[in-house]
Amino acid sequence: MDRSFPEGRRQLVADVSSATHGDLRLTRISKSYGDFTAVNDLSLTIPEGSFFALLGPSGCGKTTTLRMIAGLEEPTVGSIHLGETDITTKRPYQRPINTVFQNYALFPHLTIFENIAFGLRRRGIKDVSEDVNKVLELVELPHLAQRKPTQLSGGQQQRIALARAIVNRPALLLLDEPLGALDLKLRRQMQIELKWIQREVGLTFVHVTHDQEEAMTMADTIAVMNEGEIEQMGSPADLYDNPGTAFVANFLGQSNLIKGRIEGSDGENLVVDLFGQKISMPKNRSHAVDSSIYAGIRPEKFRISLVGTPTRGNILTGGRIEDVSYIGVSTQYQVTMPWGQEVMVFEQNDDGVPPFDKGDEVVISWEPNFTFALRGDDDVEAGLEVNPEELDEE
Amino acid sequence: MNKQKDATIPTIPFNALVSRWFGRNLIRIYAVLGFTYLFIPVLYTFAFSFNDSGKSNLVWKGFTLDNWKNPCGAPEVCTALGNSIKIGLLATIFSTILGTMIAFAIGRYAFKGRSSSNLLIFLPMATPEIVLGASLLSLFLVFHINPGFWPTVIAHVMFCISFVVVTVKARIASLDPRLEQAAMDLYANEFETFRRVTLPLVAPGIAGAALLAFSLSFDDFIITNFNSGTLKTFPEFVYTSAARGIPAQANVIGSAMFILALLIVIAAQFVGRRVKVSK
Repeated sequence: MDRSFPEGRRQLVADVSSATHGDLRLTRISKSYGDFTAVNDLSLTIPEGSFFALLGPSGCGKTTTLRMIAGLEEPTVGSIHLGETDITTKRPYQRPINTVFQNYALFPHLTIFENIAFGLRRRGIKDVSEDVNKVLELVELPHLAQRKPTQLSGGQQQRIALARAIVNRPALLLLDEPLGALDLKLRRQMQIELKWIQREVGLTFVHVTHDQEEAMTMADTIAVMNEGEIEQMGSPADLYDNPGTAFVANFLGQSNLIKGRIEGSDGENLVVDLFGQKISMPKNRSHAVDSSIYAGIRPEKFRISLVGTPTRGNILTGGRIEDVSYIGVSTQYQVTMPWGQEVMVFEQNDDGVPPFDKGDEVVISWEPNFTFALRGDDDVEAGLEVNPEELDEE
Repeated sequence: MNKQKDATIPTIPFNALVSRWFGRNLIRIYAVLGFTYLFIPVLYTFAFSFNDSGKSNLVWKGFTLDNWKNPCGAPEVCTALGNSIKIGLLATIFSTILGTMIAFAIGRYAFKGRSSSNLLIFLPMATPEIVLGASLLSLFLVFHINPGFWPTVIAHVMFCISFVVVTVKARIASLDPRLEQAAMDLYANEFETFRRVTLPLVAPGIAGAALLAFSLSFDDFIITNFNSGTLKTFPEFVYTSAARGIPAQANVIGSAMFILALLIVIAAQFVGRRVKVSK
């Protein structure tokens, strides 16, 4: 597909841009259903114009949070402000907020044109055709105006659902797993498309997803949610490079978490003992509260070399290759360390060196700056049991 | 590969061909027999509506269009038909409105006693009509209400409601609640959401329920016979005149009703097909 986005389309986007409304603030929000607490004392500010993702596994409270913002649920306690306006108890139709629903929820008895015009008509706008046609141009489906939703493919319905929401120029656009029903290729394409539209229209997007890759591709800021609370919030790079909890470390990509102890400090660095071997890491990358820690290193940050080959940075010796998986761009190794733990190492196949073999005695090394430290009492299994593919049908 | 041109094509034995033919056409034969069985009485009724019958319409005496030209020719036949249509329409309107409301309550809202009301709704359908008819009559008499037009309407509304509830509830159950949420999200208040989204989507179910209610009411004999008093509905007319010979006009009205019902079904099919094509 053409990714250059012609000038004409750029102009269309400018036309549907919204007026300023201010930031969205959730203040100490909780939502309980009987004994079950879906969202627990959550506070959050979503800056105007940002692409914000709520990321987490099924049942983490992300969809409940979204529904409270939309007005489809009311918080048990707490308040929601849009700019200076308190919208906590306002009905959905009283909020300048629109939603792209999971599975789109297009009205099957109305044409595409009338689906998109629905919000405009309800607000008493008489001449809707100009706005509707413009937004149909924006999603590149003007020829489908007179069709019914069921005549459209999944990808087309997705675009229409988006058009139906943004035609109202809402202060906030909520996306509830919008790409969950699309196949992988179309999903990738729509991710880029959505990001582009968001940037050009300048709307605030709040995107709920369980797909970490999707969140990382699109969002400026990600809030990782777990059991009704925000585990960590930050840019995709921050969250990936310096996760604050084992849950985040495991849910966003893969991590090697090795039990260790802070022995002391050396200038800006901490000296850490990992089963008798000393490594160093920057002080500001430690989330530990005492000397007991888990040292975390992403698998692709590890280098692997045969015993006796020179190497630099942090070094752990005594590894033995347990398993080798060649997957084209990289080779994945499972290495058993002297203390019995298996660590994952991803090596790019870019240096012409043939992969190591099973049973090789190896040394693993990495740059100290890539190390992060988690609390020693964290649950290393957190976020591991979640397989995003299985959550597609929530 | 070499083709063996001189090889003779082996023939299939005759009895295998026969059984193959039956295998392929058995369903068709079965269907023809089934439909014949269903339609012979209807065809008989239709044919005898053209009988130049005189008093008793039991023996074929010659073709005439007189009965169709003058369907009200026989005494009381059109009064009875009028009563049936009036009762049917009233029962349909009331039972459809009430039943739809009950269906929404049971289908959409959680309240105390929901599952028991859900169960009670089935009771009139499961109760023998003769019991319903008799107990309704005694109920009316206890309240000093004389049998007649309105007691019959009330009785019909009562047994039609259950069917309406069941039909509409099925439609509501298949309705995605996210559609209503989407409408609210798109600035439609509760009433607008109901009018623009919920009602249009449930409408086919309501229409089906109304048709069902009308045909149930129009057709009913047992409950009606207990509660109609001196009023005579069309089924009652046919029943009482059976003793001295049903006039050919009854066949005319029966055939006309059948044709009307057939047209409605065809129209519904046509609309349904258009909807399907648009899918």
